Amino acid sequence: MASIDITDVRKAYGSTKILHGVDLTIKDGEFVVLVGPSGCGKSTLLRMIAGLEDISSGEIRIGGRIVNDLDPKDRDIAMVFQSYALYPHMTVADNMSYSLRLRKTAKEKIASAISGAAAKLSLTPLMERRPKALSGGQRQRVAMGRAIVRSPKAFLFDEPLSNLDARLREHMRGEIKKLHQDLGATSIYVTHDQIEAMTLADRIVAMNAGLVQQVGSPLDLYDRPANLFVAGFMGSPAMNMFEGTYRAANGGTVELAQGVVVPLAGPAPTADGTKLTLGIRPEHVLVGKTGLEGIQALIDLVEPTGFGTILHASAFGADVKAFSLERGVAVRGDTVSVSFPVERIHLFDTATGSRIG
Amino acid sequence: MIRPKRLGMTIAHRAAILVYVAFALFPLYWLVKVSVTPNDLLYSEGVKMWPSRATLDHFAFVLEHSDFPLFFRNSMIVSVSTAFIVTILSSIGGYALSRFTFRGKFWIVGLMLLTQMFPLVMLIAPIFKMLSPLGLTNSLSGLILVYVAFNVPFATFLMQSFFDGIPKDLEEAAMIDGATRFMAFRQIILPLTLPGMAATLGFVFTAAWSELLFALMLISGVDASTFPVGLLSFVSKFSVDFGQMMAAGVLALIPACIFFLLIQRYLVQGLTAGAVKG
Amino acid sequence: MTEAVSAQYGRDRRPFLRRLAIASEPYLYSAPALILIVTVMLVPLAIGISYAFRDMTLLDPFSGGFIGLDHFRAIAKDKTFWLALKNTVYWTGYSVALQFAFGLILALLLDKPFYGRGLAQALCFLPWAVPSFLSGLNWAWMFNPVVGPIPHWLYGIGLMSAPDNILSDPDLAMWGPIIANVWWGIPFFAITLLAALQSIPRDLYEAAAIDGATPFQRFRSITLPFLAPTIAITVMLRTIWIANFADLIVVMTNGGPADKTQIVASYIFTQAFRRLDFGYASAIAMVLLLLLMVYSLLIVFLRQTLLKER
Repeated sequence: MASIDITDVRKAYGSTKILHGVDLTIKDGEFVVLVGPSGCGKSTLLRMIAGLEDISSGEIRIGGRIVNDLDPKDRDIAMVFQSYALYPHMTVADNMSYSLRLRKTAKEKIASAISGAAAKLSLTPLMERRPKALSGGQRQRVAMGRAIVRSPKAFLFDEPLSNLDARLREHMRGEIKKLHQDLGATSIYVTHDQIEAMTLADRIVAMNAGLVQQVGSPLDLYDRPANLFVAGFMGSPAMNMFEGTYRAANGGTVELAQGVVVPLAGPAPTADGTKLTLGIRPEHVLVGKTGLEGIQALIDLVEPTGFGTILHASAFGADVKAFSLERGVAVRGDTVSVSFPVERIHLFDTATGSRIG
Repeated sequence: MIRPKRLGMTIAHRAAILVYVAFALFPLYWLVKVSVTPNDLLYSEGVKMWPSRATLDHFAFVLEHSDFPLFFRNSMIVSVSTAFIVTILSSIGGYALSRFTFRGKFWIVGLMLLTQMFPLVMLIAPIFKMLSPLGLTNSLSGLILVYVAFNVPFATFLMQSFFDGIPKDLEEAAMIDGATRFMAFRQIILPLTLPGMAATLGFVFTAAWSELLFALMLISGVDASTFPVGLLSFVSKFSVDFGQMMAAGVLALIPACIFFLLIQRYLVQGLTAGAVKG
Repeated sequence: MTEAVSAQYGRDRRPFLRRLAIASEPYLYSAPALILIVTVMLVPLAIGISYAFRDMTLLDPFSGGFIGLDHFRAIAKDKTFWLALKNTVYWTGYSVALQFAFGLILALLLDKPFYGRGLAQALCFLPWAVPSFLSGLNWAWMFNPVVGPIPHWLYGIGLMSAPDNILSDPDLAMWGPIIANVWWGIPFFAITLLAALQSIPRDLYEAAAIDGATPFQRFRSITLPFLAPTIAITVMLRTIWIANFADLIVVMTNGGPADKTQIVASYIFTQAFRRLDFGYASAIAMVLLLLLMVYSLLIVFLRQTLLKER
């Protein structure tokens, strides 16, 4: 086990810059998830930690040791690939023991290590099969087994669940979390799926366009997104965002389109007349009968999810999404009133995108 | 219940296939047929589909009283050596093209493509002039050298396409598991490319086995003659011994057909990689 | 401070020799192949070009002098060369057209699954594996009235007044090597086109069928456009290759009768191999090379203009 320190790491292919200086410290035993849209540089960063990509500048330490110039094999890390990268010509047992055989580990030790890992991942009856004869979920577990047999300093996961169907993905997510709780190993996990990030991470690193946008616990990112990118990326259905103007009068309000005014909890730390984006999560939007206090809205679309209901309404020229746990709140064509509770409102500076308050 | 129109189409389709198969096989069938026809029946039963009496005399004669066993041996030496050398060189070259990006790669690929475009007959005279003072004319080694060079570009493209078919992830996984690049190549990539290497071996063998013009130019003595050269000189010398010529032809056909059956599965990949050559 | 640190660590601190080894890896791997190609193909190519301007006869020890454009002047007046050039056009044109047409039909036939397809495919592709010299000899024998059936068949159906060898008939001789070439080359087109056919997504055909397209309309609006790039590149490369392909002619007719089947490539071979006049052979080869380059450029240019017009 070891901590990982990333200091001002940059990556460029010729003149194309992929990463613009990333600083990150991953504590011993921590489970960190790198999340972001494709092309944000998260996989490149992971591959640089693994030693599969050169580091253009900056420094990566694993367990205090600078690894910039070490080959992957000397970094003592394990990695689970999106494609699983199982060796097609080897049995499950040989796949799992390959790293130990390369290290000339004693035979008895190898046997006990792989049988332990196999038991943990319920792979024992499959040990003599080849990858071709395994299902997607089984291959995934072999890939995990290959990583855990040698107790490396850190585990790297590169979108390991992307190739599984929804149900299996949910199941494996639980397995990975349990495994991490058992082993307590330092883990870095790359995904574009914000649910995986939320459920697995001790800490999430949200990335976009080669820059770290926010680092924090899952609920931190969900409750206090640092900028418009994080606010929009985390959560499904996505946060409502309305552009408006800050008015300092009356204890602070935001003036949206068509003269709709939304009161705030108190004065915001910004100048009168600043262009703002008001964000509110669908589950926080209150929907009530007309006549009650709130903004008039017309229901366009009702999506029952079984678990609750997603309502799409149009008001002040914008589309307002609301999520309710109740059923039968409204039907298409209803006029309702929607309101935004002051304590649930997020404010962002429209020009810079960063959070206000 | 099949509709009549559908049935008609199916019959027409199968019939067309049969016509193609017949066209492809008939000349080869005829070759075999004449090779087993006794000399006395050759003229009297000229166009019959099968002679009333079959004999292996022509084969026996060719094997015992002609130089064909020697030609066969020479061709085997040349083709097998060429195939092995080319496969080794093209494997490492194809690996480099598939796995590395490096300065000059564009030019190397361009150069290799160029060699596939210009008329090889252009090289007959200069190669003869170059090899002659080195004592490499009229020698199997000279022929091997020339064939290796001619076949390496195409084989390299072919091997590159096989390497491209192996996910990079596998090597990376191996390197993370603790292998050096070379170990990853030897223990992971190589076993997975073996079928591809076998296919390359087959392609190059067939090409070397069939080559005629350079062999004619570079080889003059019987001792170093390859099968095509031997067969052609036999044809011009004894142009009436049809049975024997065709028996020799059948012998030349055998190794090519064996290799064809082995590489059949890879034909598509081979021909697309070598579309520039054919 | 941070700037300085990052600059320092940005540099590669691995030992110089190790870095050199890593950087030179791909070059080392491709070197053997490259060295061979350069010494056995490119150097002779350059020498061959120089021969075109020299008096170069193998048996004459005093030859080798620079004679400028004399060979090219001789070529301009060489009737055989012009005949060979005309023959090359016929040979290449007919061979490519027929190989392509029959190859396409075969590919279409083999594209749909049926019982025994694997075997039928292997048998139809078998001619490709037959060594070219043997294909030539085999067809020469097929055309030979003594042992071959073809003259008798042609006589039988009344196309010929007597069962003669078409290879010795100046008007028909060229068809001998062309037929052998078609037989030998159909598999090449069939294999490449079959691969292209099988990469066409099946649901396109299903969508077109649901939209009401007839099989012929489907072929015209889906199959052909998808095959077009493969067809263009294969036909172009194959044309160059067949124009250079002298084996069948050397084996079957040796250019005769009366040079009626002589193509430029076989003429070069004859000059070098039989007359040992390397200089003249190289000069003709250079002309052929130039003509083929002009052809390729023309095709590329045509393609560009066609693409622009779309």
